[in-house]
Amino acid sequence: MHVPVLKQGEYLIASIQSALSDPDLIQLRDDLAKRVGQYRSRGVIIDVTVLDIIDSFATRTLRAIAHMLKLRGAETVIVGIQPDVAFAMVQLGLTLEGVGTALDLEEGLAYLNRHPMRKVRHEQ
Amino acid sequence: MNNETRIPIQRSEDIVTARELARGMARTAGFNGSDLTLIATAISEVTRNIVEHAKHGELVLALVCNGSKRGIVIVARDEGPGIADVPQAMQYGYSSRNGLGVGLPGARWLMDEFEIDSRIGKGTIVTMRKWVG
Repeated sequence: MHVPVLKQGEYLIASIQSALSDPDLIQLRDDLAKRVGQYRSRGVIIDVTVLDIIDSFATRTLRAIAHMLKLRGAETVIVGIQPDVAFAMVQLGLTLEGVGTALDLEEGLAYLNRHPMRKVRHEQ
Repeated sequence: MNNETRIPIQRSEDIVTARELARGMARTAGFNGSDLTLIATAISEVTRNIVEHAKHGELVLALVCNGSKRGIVIVARDEGPGIADVPQAMQYGYSSRNGLGVGLPGARWLMDEFEIDSRIGKGTIVTMRKWVG
């Protein structure tokens, strides 16, 4: 299932629409790495609200995406992790250390707006 | 076992199918939302193990009763290379490849009961159970 990526000003929003297989997650990673360059984006929001599972592979891939995009000059924030999913991740010992998270899309935008990477650019 | 569902596991897409079928079955058994997520996540981990290490195998799901207890039993079976050192593979953070080393030990934490039987050259059978309540 392909994940649509929308351009919103200097941000990209990847809005996951249904359960993703492992290749779908890899595809999302590669898409975002490419599009951050194409659109010169400074921030990326990945909306995982519809995911009813975030297992070890998904966690590893989300972390990889965030770290790759940082190397490309963009900050990533994961939004919409559901309470049951958060519980299962904690039970599994999975963390998104070093990766921005926010409650929902609105909080995700607020997170990117106050992020230092963007501030520095606007002050220059 | 009654109401047995067998799902062939060969490709990573089968992982998604397996966890969605299991979620539906576990719901009929009376599991609540967070247990459904734990069960589906455990299935995701053990079926990925089949896809990555054994190439193909199967997942068997069944609803079970033990006295007044209702639950689900999940058997993940493959005829892959087997695991040389099961205690090592069950250590959290140990990975034979580039994974997180979370799969099997993690699945054990998510379920109530977990057994693993692996023989070199024969394959691996993981049996997990979770009870309602």
